Amino acid sequence: MSADAETGRGDRRSRILGDLRGARNIGIAVTSTVVFFAVIVVVIVTSAGWPEVRKAFFDRKLFSDSFPEIAHAFLLNIRIFCIAEALILVFALAIAVLRGLPGPVLFPFRLLAVLYTDLFRGIPTILVIYILGFGAPALQLSGVPNSPLFWGVTALVLVYSAYVAEVYRAGIESVHPSQEAAARSLGLTRGQTLRYVIVPQAVRRVIPPLLNDFIGLQKDSALVALIGPIEAFRQSQIDVAATFNYTPYMATALLFILLTIPLARLTDWLIARDRRRQSGGGGR
Amino acid sequence: MSTSASALKLEGVHKSFGSVEVLRGVDLDVGEHEVVCLIGASGSGKSTLLRCVNLLERINAGRIFLRGEEITRRDVDVNAVRRRIGIVFQAFNLFPHMTVLRNVTLATTRVLGKPRAEAEAEATALLERFGLADKRAEYPDRLSGGQQQRVAIVRALAMQPELMLLDEVTSALDPELVAEVLSVIRELADAGMTMVIATHEMSFARDTANRICFLDAGRILEQGPAEEIFTHPREPRTQQFLERIIAAGRL
Amino acid sequence: MRPKTILLLAATALLAIVAAGCGGSSKKSAAPKSSGCSVDQLNLVHKGQLTIGTDNPAFPPWFGGTPPKGSMWKVSDPNSGQGFESAVAYAVAGKLGFKKSAVHWVVVPFEQSFKPGSKSFDFDVNQVSFTPARAKAVDFSDSYYNVNQALIGLKGTPITSAKTSADVKQYKLGVQIGTTSYAYVTKNIKPSKQPSVYNTSSDVNSGLKAHQIDGIVVDLPTAFYITAVQLPQATIVGQFPTVGTPEHFGMVLAEGNSLTSCVDKALASLKSAGTLAKIQQEWLSNKASAPVLK
Repeated sequence: MSADAETGRGDRRSRILGDLRGARNIGIAVTSTVVFFAVIVVVIVTSAGWPEVRKAFFDRKLFSDSFPEIAHAFLLNIRIFCIAEALILVFALAIAVLRGLPGPVLFPFRLLAVLYTDLFRGIPTILVIYILGFGAPALQLSGVPNSPLFWGVTALVLVYSAYVAEVYRAGIESVHPSQEAAARSLGLTRGQTLRYVIVPQAVRRVIPPLLNDFIGLQKDSALVALIGPIEAFRQSQIDVAATFNYTPYMATALLFILLTIPLARLTDWLIARDRRRQSGGGGR
Repeated sequence: MSTSASALKLEGVHKSFGSVEVLRGVDLDVGEHEVVCLIGASGSGKSTLLRCVNLLERINAGRIFLRGEEITRRDVDVNAVRRRIGIVFQAFNLFPHMTVLRNVTLATTRVLGKPRAEAEAEATALLERFGLADKRAEYPDRLSGGQQQRVAIVRALAMQPELMLLDEVTSALDPELVAEVLSVIRELADAGMTMVIATHEMSFARDTANRICFLDAGRILEQGPAEEIFTHPREPRTQQFLERIIAAGRL
Repeated sequence: MRPKTILLLAATALLAIVAAGCGGSSKKSAAPKSSGCSVDQLNLVHKGQLTIGTDNPAFPPWFGGTPPKGSMWKVSDPNSGQGFESAVAYAVAGKLGFKKSAVHWVVVPFEQSFKPGSKSFDFDVNQVSFTPARAKAVDFSDSYYNVNQALIGLKGTPITSAKTSADVKQYKLGVQIGTTSYAYVTKNIKPSKQPSVYNTSSDVNSGLKAHQIDGIVVDLPTAFYITAVQLPQATIVGQFPTVGTPEHFGMVLAEGNSLTSCVDKALASLKSAGTLAKIQQEWLSNKASAPVLK
């Protein structure tokens, strides 16, 4: 079945680049691309307000001056979303599993899971950060950390786990019921079935939306700045306010984009690699 | 009461899905080492019957006994019962994210608690017996449908069940792959495994079964030795069914 | 040509086009010339009225008076003429030849006051400190107030016993974004812990209340308002000495606006007549008495 892997690769290539057989077609594609972007650039550059906008958004010197500090502050963003994501992946799975527990006795747990996902998908993330970031420390509970970073990450974990739990749930429900039947028939308990058969398959199926949510989380790491810490966006905001020039924002944007692109390609690679393992199959 | 050699006994089993009654009082007694084939039209309740035996479905009325022990009582340990019964479905049996070997050893290690090395050695021997040893490191999607079903049977056998249930295991296969699976089943029958087989493969049923049960509208309408059923069916419905089968060239 | 080569050439061509678009600062766009500062000669956003911008909520002591029911203004009402900046704005308007009724106030969030393109206001008065960097993007009027930074701490906390700037170095300080307090903290105080920066003054207060920061650095007049009204549980520890050229507030106008010189003329006349000092005395008088942290 190695032909399948080959066809898979070929399919993916042609989906992105289109049917590019023949030098003539390639020439046309290239020409049309260049013309398309050239038109956009010309329209922008020849507009009346362009010099002012260029000065306000694309000042080379200010860009290179502000970039190092912003990049350094970006390390905080990375710390925030790496820690948060690790916690989210685990916590959200727990919620999704809770949601699927069967039987009347376990109804409270199912209810809890539903209420949780409804609540934290309903409240805007900003509000959760404010409420937890300023509200929780104000309670002055002993043993509870005061650090804005702690509460910021906690808020992000609570909010994103609600979304990711739904993603997991969709994945779990998409696994063919015969898989569960087969596992239970071998004598595996419900827990063993989830752990060894259902969840591994479910997770593989939802890698694109999982990574999508991760990419969203990376942007939302900037929200932690609301309660004080200086991450990349805040650092650029400080420079913007000091110079009345928006170019530092471009530096922040660039950093986020540079982060997202490899992750998007990683997603593609993971999907392609797991495509081999997807089909459970009836007869062939 | 149970005879000393009864492997499986169904008494007045009823099963409904919502308002639809699929099994309307099934009585069946399968002796040790007996091979019983269930035949009947789609929707007659064959699959449901098998799923009730291994407790995937909860019956609405009646009782089921496994080697004299009632398995449909309220306080039964379902997982323990299922360990003693092997079942293979029509499709989607194997776990696609595990190799063939891991598929076979998952239950023997996790459920029976065998050490990994021992489980793998036993699994390899079993796979070898059925000519699949060279596939043990492959993932299921690299196997043909017939190979997959054979692995599914091996996987069920690895648990050393007292009873094997086969639910139309060849119905989803390309015709040229059917024979290899049937030969495995035949081998099991020859080795003395007690089996209840739901099938459309009439020639196979005729050759391999000790007894044929014709299921119609949720009841076993007629049962008896293969020769008797196929050559002199008593019930008109049985006759109709067999005529259709013959006309379709499947007998 | 091989496909990869063609794509590479196209990408290079694109980059060249885009690079041509970016660049350093361009020359200033020509400003409409105006010969004088009489009312009909002024370069205004809306003819016949003076449009002044400030942020919402408008806080004392910069703005006073209670906003009438249904008004969009919160806390104070710029239309009242009460509060230091409101009073100065109306005084300047008067000098420019506008009656009180010809003055219209608009809400201009801080970040919008310096965005490129045409402004929605003639000048913006919002405790904006002049810096040379900022002056490259907008016009600043001359100073209408010299600013000192002050330090606020919760009563009973260790920071309140600080006597010098050096004493303050060990604490976690908080500032509001957009104020020059951040620059003062990082350049002059140089604390060992990175300061926290918040979006709004309310957020800075919340940070102090939550004990996530030890002290707030903010301009002195605002410090009086905070400790008197918003955070009675806080106290002014002291004011920081002026380092280098004193910081001052200026009004923000569009770059190259001819109105700027007219506003400067008005301010100069108010200063020489003593009006500016009187306004300061009325609204910021007690605001000078805080110990100086040497």
